[in-house]
Amino acid sequence: MAKVFIFPATSLILSDMVERWGHEALGAATGIRERIQTASLDSPPLQMTPEDPKKGLKYAAVEVPCGVRGRMALYGPMIEEADAAIIINDADLSFGCMGCARTNELVMFMIRQQQGGLPVLDIKYPETDDEGFAFVSQIKEFLTGLEGDSDD
Amino acid sequence: MKEREYVPPTYVGTVTKYVFIDSPNTTPQTLLIRAYEISDGLMIKETCFGLQVTGAPEKVKQLIKELRTVDPAHIFVKDRGFPPGDPRRCRANLGGARPGYYGHEFESGLFRYISHGLEELERNTAPAVTRLGGKKRLDEGKLPLNRLLEIIKNEEA
Repeated sequence: MAKVFIFPATSLILSDMVERWGHEALGAATGIRERIQTASLDSPPLQMTPEDPKKGLKYAAVEVPCGVRGRMALYGPMIEEADAAIIINDADLSFGCMGCARTNELVMFMIRQQQGGLPVLDIKYPETDDEGFAFVSQIKEFLTGLEGDSDD
Repeated sequence: MKEREYVPPTYVGTVTKYVFIDSPNTTPQTLLIRAYEISDGLMIKETCFGLQVTGAPEKVKQLIKELRTVDPAHIFVKDRGFPPGDPRRCRANLGGARPGYYGHEFESGLFRYISHGLEELERNTAPAVTRLGGKKRLDEGKLPLNRLLEIIKNEEA
């Protein structure tokens, strides 16, 4: 079972596809769950602890807004842990109330800069039935080609 | 930190998953009833789009595997960080849709293309059904009509 980072990290479709073909999806939910279930003095009132922006310094400079650093504290370790990544390039939903454009740029940059070359699948959301078939086929082909034992 | 802001960890060691159903043949209620039948102590919450399941990871995985068999191309599953009813996310406390629903709403509009793709993929990869032996003719092994008429004429003669 390979660990596959998905972008947008909150994508329902990608999360489903990755699990459907027996791999583990690394998305926002995974990191959030880990944080809210860990009991400590820092149990966060919201998603982030005050320590998170400091951890984010590993991935973004101090001049970068703390929102970016806080998000990178969540996504950064997951990208480093990932065996592969799937990116949807036209995901408008990842900007606005659901995300930060600068973080998204940094996440995509970091995915492509991983040492050893992280296998990456670049796709777009389907807009027709034929594109839907191509979308699903590409993901299946990519996932079945990954190293690691599948759950199926 | 104000006392009301502090939320102690709940449902530690569990996972929560969304199950979305977008099918012409299966309703969220049908899926829910099936989930209750095989729930095995899991916490299940019905929603307008499907259901949420919370419980031990292995049990949730097994339940999801069973639920997918109901309508494989039209059921979609996603991890959720917060458990159901968490005061930091629950609409009962905050009002309005939470931000994540806008993403779900957008991607739900694309389910029909994904479902079509999954069905096509299944059709293309399914092994061809081979008939054991050729189709049997209706009159195979029976006396031909011409031969019967010939026998009758011979008998009359």
